Amino acid sequence: MNPHPSMFVLCCRKILMVFAFYIAGAVAVISTLLMLTRLNVVHALLYLIVSLLGVAVVFYTLGAAFVAALEVIIYAGAIMVLFVFVVMMLNLGAHAVEMEREWLTPGIWAGPVILASILIIEIVYLVHGASGGLNSGAVPPKQVGIALFGPYLIGVELASLLLLAGLVGAYHLGYRQVEKREILHDSDTHERRAVAGGDLVLAGADKPARTP
Amino acid sequence: MLAGILFSLGLTSLLVRRNLIFVLMSLEVMLNAAGLAFVVAGARWHQADGQVMFLFILATAAAEVSVGLALVLEIYHRVKSLDVDGLSMMRG
Repeated sequence: MNPHPSMFVLCCRKILMVFAFYIAGAVAVISTLLMLTRLNVVHALLYLIVSLLGVAVVFYTLGAAFVAALEVIIYAGAIMVLFVFVVMMLNLGAHAVEMEREWLTPGIWAGPVILASILIIEIVYLVHGASGGLNSGAVPPKQVGIALFGPYLIGVELASLLLLAGLVGAYHLGYRQVEKREILHDSDTHERRAVAGGDLVLAGADKPARTP
Repeated sequence: MLAGILFSLGLTSLLVRRNLIFVLMSLEVMLNAAGLAFVVAGARWHQADGQVMFLFILATAAAEVSVGLALVLEIYHRVKSLDVDGLSMMRG
């Protein structure tokens, strides 16, 4: 209604943002504490996700909306999916079904749901208020991009190399070692080693010397 | 301040827990706290460098977690447990 919002409204918004910052920070700290006191890995994962979402809301209140979105997508999305996959692969016990039934009791997911709903209410309120972060420190994503591909270009290249190395390393480590057994040549077996009389086995050392 | 609290929580968890998955998760928390510190500093001094550094930390965390989880799978298949102390026999 008023093209120039009065000083009072601006001040009010700022106080609201600071308030939201502290709420989100408290949610992050509480969920991290709960995470590291859980005994079950999956419960801890739930609290870790809530903690990451809390940090994302903190980023939003700091005016770094782009980084907040990245945090949600990469940390709470991709990395958590990796964790969940590994937990699933490791948890192939016979009593998995009853364990699952035990996990689905409402007492387990009540805590993360409460904390996450606090965050959701807060973010809906903030977006509805349409105030673009703590205006004092807002850095637009465009500036980030310019800095990223300007002076930090070598860092970007290094990060891409690091990601490639991580990909190759994870593939190599996760490779099933089934073929290892058939790769073992018979020249590497114990008998041949005994015949050759040493650790170094030459090809065909056990065969009689060919005489012309 | 908040970043410090989160970092110390992650460090405590890293030292206390003896489960490999928990160790990786606390590493996540610590990296996240470092990124939070960078973003707060960038917002404080109106610089874009903080967010750039956060992006690098994000890439590092992603690579570290993928390699770390692959290592966890490998260790689990060898040792049949996720206990860190079970790896004390790893010599040479």
